[in-house]
Amino acid sequence: MQMTAEHKESKATGPATATRDIYIPSERVAVSGGGTPHVVAKDFSIYYGDFEAVKKVNAEILSKYVTAIIGPSGCGKSTFLRAINRMNDLIPSCHTSGILQFDGEDIYGKLTDEVLLRKKIGMVFQKPNPFPKSIFDNIAYGPRLHGMTDKKQLEEIVERSLRKAALWDEVSDRLERNALGLSGGQQQRLCVARTLAVEPEILLLDEPTSALDPKATAKIEDLIQELRGSYTIMIVTHNMQQASRVSDYTMFFYEGVLVEYAQTAQLFTNPKDRMTEDYITGRFS
Amino acid sequence: MNLGTRKILDNSFTAVGMGSIVVMALALLVVLTPIVYNGVGAVFFTGTIEHRTMLYKEYGRGDSKTIEAQSATADRYRGEAYRMLSGFEAEMEGMTPEASREYRSKYAPVRAAMSSLLGPLPGDPQPMLTRFQYGQTRWEKAEEKLHDILYEKKWDYSDPTVMAKEFYVPRAEAFAGTKLAPLFGYVDKHLADMMQPQFTFYWGFFTDRSLDAHIFGGIWPEIQGTFFLAIGAMLFAFPLGVIAAVYFTEYAKEGFFTSILRSANSTLAGVPSIVFGLFGLAFFINTMKVSESKSVLAGSLTLAIMILPTIIRAAEEAILSVPKTYKEASLGLGSTKWNTIATVILPAALPGIITGGIISLGRAAGETAPIIFTAAVSVGSAIGIADVFSSPTPALSWNIYNLASEHEMASEIRHVQYGMVLSLVSIVLLLNLSAILLRAKISQKLKG
Repeated sequence: MQMTAEHKESKATGPATATRDIYIPSERVAVSGGGTPHVVAKDFSIYYGDFEAVKKVNAEILSKYVTAIIGPSGCGKSTFLRAINRMNDLIPSCHTSGILQFDGEDIYGKLTDEVLLRKKIGMVFQKPNPFPKSIFDNIAYGPRLHGMTDKKQLEEIVERSLRKAALWDEVSDRLERNALGLSGGQQQRLCVARTLAVEPEILLLDEPTSALDPKATAKIEDLIQELRGSYTIMIVTHNMQQASRVSDYTMFFYEGVLVEYAQTAQLFTNPKDRMTEDYITGRFS
Repeated sequence: MNLGTRKILDNSFTAVGMGSIVVMALALLVVLTPIVYNGVGAVFFTGTIEHRTMLYKEYGRGDSKTIEAQSATADRYRGEAYRMLSGFEAEMEGMTPEASREYRSKYAPVRAAMSSLLGPLPGDPQPMLTRFQYGQTRWEKAEEKLHDILYEKKWDYSDPTVMAKEFYVPRAEAFAGTKLAPLFGYVDKHLADMMQPQFTFYWGFFTDRSLDAHIFGGIWPEIQGTFFLAIGAMLFAFPLGVIAAVYFTEYAKEGFFTSILRSANSTLAGVPSIVFGLFGLAFFINTMKVSESKSVLAGSLTLAIMILPTIIRAAEEAILSVPKTYKEASLGLGSTKWNTIATVILPAALPGIITGGIISLGRAAGETAPIIFTAAVSVGSAIGIADVFSSPTPALSWNIYNLASEHEMASEIRHVQYGMVLSLVSIVLLLNLSAILLRAKISQKLKG
C-alpha cells in the first residue's frame, strides 16, 4: 500500500495537529472483495464562507465496509458526508480545498460530472423524503432518469430494490399508492430502495434513523447489516450504540477535525485519543 | 400586564375583528344584491308579445301558432286604440288652423309614446333601425311607457331659490271633449291585453348575438370576446411566468442584477392598468405592428404583460414552498438540475402555480383599461377563432362601461348592463372556484 508508506512518512515529519495523517485502520475485518480504498481524502477542508467546517481531513474509506461517523452536533460530520456526493453544492457559500477522491478520481475536479457522481454515490437523508408519487414511481424515478423505459425491466428493478430494502412484503400489493401514505420507517426504507435502484457503489446515510421510532430503527439497522458487503456504506449517526452495532469502522469528528478513525470495536473499547474517550463515555455531547 | 387587562384587550380585539367582518359582509351584500337581482332580470322577466314576435322574426325561435294567436288577440285590442288615434287625426283636420296647431303639438308626444309602446303605428313607414320596429318587449318598460302616455311631465319653476321640481299632469285633461279623450282610460285598462305579458325565460341572453347595439338580443359576442382575451393572455403569460419563476428560484444568483429584476417585477405589479393599455397601443400596435389596429392578439399581449408579475410571484412562492428534501432526493439519485425541476419540483408546486394562474385569468377577464386601446369595440358580432390576429372584439368589461355611459339609450337597457355585470362576476367567480377545486384535487393526489 503506497498510501501507508506516505502516511508513515508524513507522521514522522509533519506536526500532528496541522496536517492530520491519513488514517487507515490497521486490522481489517473480513469482507469478501472489499477493503480497497474507495474514497480518499487528503488535506480535505470544507468552508462555509470563511468558516472552516471540516479541517484538513486525511482518511481512506474502505470499500464494502460500513463506516460510521460520530461526533457532537456541529462537528462537521454531516458536512463531510455530504461533500462525498457533492450535495454541498446546493449551499452557495460552500467551497472546499484539498483533495477528495472517489475510485482515484477527483470529486471536486473541474471535469467531474456531479450528476454521474451522484448516480454512483447514493444518499439517504435524515428525514424520509419520498416524492409525492406512487411507490412504484418513486423507485422507478432513478432508473427512468437514466434512460430506462421498458416497463418489464422497471418492474424487475422495483421488485429487486424493494426486496433488498426489506420492504417488498409490506408494499407489494399497493405499489400504485402514494408513497406519502407509508409509515415513517417504511418511507425511509423506501428511500433506501429508491437509492439502490440506480445501483450505486457507495451508500451515504445521513442520520437515517433520527426521525424514526425504535422499531423502525431496528429494521433500518438490520437492513444495513444485509447490505454490508455489497455496498460501501457510510453512516452519520448521533447514536453511539447504533454506530457500534452496525459499523466496521468508526470516525470521530470534533470541531471539524477527524480526531480518531479506527475499527469500531477498538474505538469504542480502547480509544487512542482522550477526546474520543470523553465523548463515547458521555462526558460531553 | 395583569390578567384582567389582558382579557379586556383580548375581548375588545375579538369584537373589533368581528365587527369589521360584519361590515365587510354587509358591504358585499349591498353591492351584490342589486347586481344579482337586476342581472337575473335579464334572463327571467315578464316579456310581452313584442318580445316573442321579435325573437321569432329575428332569431327564428318560438312557436309560430301561439305567437300568431296571441298577436291576433293583442291586435284586436290595439285596433281599438289605433281607431281612436286615426279618429282624432281626422277630427283635427276639421278644426280651425289655430286649434289644430295647438292640438297637433300636444298630440305628437302621445303618438310617439304609443309608437314606442306598441311598435310602428298603422300607416307609418317601416323604420330603418330594428329598435323602432318593435314595441316594448319587457312588461316593466311597457308600464313606464304607459305612464308617458297618461301623463305629461312639467317643471315647477315657481320658487327661484330651489331647483325646478318635476310634476306630472294627466294628458286626458288637455284632450277633454275630443275623440282622443277615451284613449287614455282605454290604454290604462287594456295594457295587459295589448301587450300579452307572460313570464319569460330568455336563455338566449347568453348565447344570442346582440341586435341593434344591445337594444335586443344577447351578449354572446361579449362573453366569447372575454374568453378569447383572457385565454389568449394566459397562453402568453403562463409559460413565460413559470419559466421566469423557475429562473428566479433555481438559477438566478443572488446579486445586484437579480435584485434589480425582482424589484422591476414588483414595480410592474403595481403599475395602473390604464398605463398598460397605453403601453399596449404604443408598443404592440404602433411599434411592433402585431395587427393593423385593435385586435384580440394585441389585447391578449397587453393583458399578458399586466398579469405576468402576479403569475411570476405566485409561481415563485409555490416553487419555494416545495420541500428542499425533494430536490435533495432527486439530485442525490443522479438527476440533473433541469430534470429535477421538471419531474419533481414543478409537479409538487403545481397546485400553487395553477391557483396563481387562474386568479390571474380572472383578473385578465375583468380588466377594462388595458383593452380599451388595444382590443375592445363597443358593438360587434362574435368573431371566428381565425380572426383573433386581426379583428377587435366586444368584451364584457368594456361593454359594461360602454353601455352604462356612452350608449345613446343607456337608460332603456339597464337589464342588459346588469346582465353583463352578473355574467362577468359569475365567470370570475367560477374561475376562482375551479382554481380552489383543482388545487384541492391536486394537493389530495400529492398527499396520497
